[in-house]
Amino acid sequence: MFHTILFYFFAIVLIGAAIGVIFARNPVHAVMFLVLAFFQSAVLWLLIEAEFLAIVLVLVYVGAVMVLFLFVVMMLDINVEEVSGGYTRYLPLGVLVAVLMVTELAQIIWLRSTPGISAAGFASTPDGYSNTKALGAVLYTEHVYAFEIAAVILLLAIVAAITLTMRKRPGLKQQDIAAQVAVRAADRIRIVKMDAVKPDTGSEP
Amino acid sequence: MIGLQHYLTLSAILFSLSIAGIFVNRRNLILLLMCIELMLLAVNFNFIAFSRSLGDETGQVFVFFILTVAAAEAAIGLAILVVVFRNRRSINVQELDTMKG
Repeated sequence: MFHTILFYFFAIVLIGAAIGVIFARNPVHAVMFLVLAFFQSAVLWLLIEAEFLAIVLVLVYVGAVMVLFLFVVMMLDINVEEVSGGYTRYLPLGVLVAVLMVTELAQIIWLRSTPGISAAGFASTPDGYSNTKALGAVLYTEHVYAFEIAAVILLLAIVAAITLTMRKRPGLKQQDIAAQVAVRAADRIRIVKMDAVKPDTGSEP
Repeated sequence: MIGLQHYLTLSAILFSLSIAGIFVNRRNLILLLMCIELMLLAVNFNFIAFSRSLGDETGQVFVFFILTVAAAEAAIGLAILVVVFRNRRSINVQELDTMKG
């Protein structure tokens, strides 16, 4: 019973946060609502004992991706009035599509499902079960190639993001590392051949 | 008793809300990216609920990969956004019509 109350509480806050993301005028507020939505989702995942992914959601999403969003929103000087216009024009269409989709999906989920699933809750895990351990046992054996491809995708994202945002400004003084490494001694010092100059001994009194 | 169907319904509501968000905020590029993040979250809800319902961890492994790809997508998307803003001084999607799309 307590579980049910918790589920409905967090679900309602999650939906409210999602509505906040959509209708927030200020992009910073929208990011904050999205952070709230991710926190609520993490709690909901904890409720069905997917602990590892709940913590990963908080660490990776709230800790890294949302901070990146916030950084970009605050870095760009966005004209809020210009961007958030045309609001009411598409609102009826958006609400219509959303209501239609919720109705259809709910109809499939509640009316067309097999009777066995509908009554029972989630089966409780046995004693001593560790979600992280079970996940790791599958991840590093069956899905190890996919895991390595994921690492390559992350590397690709790093390279792509840096390449896209790096620019050369005309007035900026910066090092040319390749030129520094490739320099030879002959380019820097010039050996001049000349006769030895003897100290003039005769002029002294 | 909270079961699979409750989580699936919550996920459906979340997904539809983010679709409505894409319709409503069709000018602001950064809000479109946020709606996509919300959509991926709804999909992850489905995967986790089915994984717990069927007692199979593969669904959660899939969520792990979705999180990875979504993080990469957010990084590249925001980089593109920054470049667009630097070139046009605006993130209005309606002005991005150079390719006559």
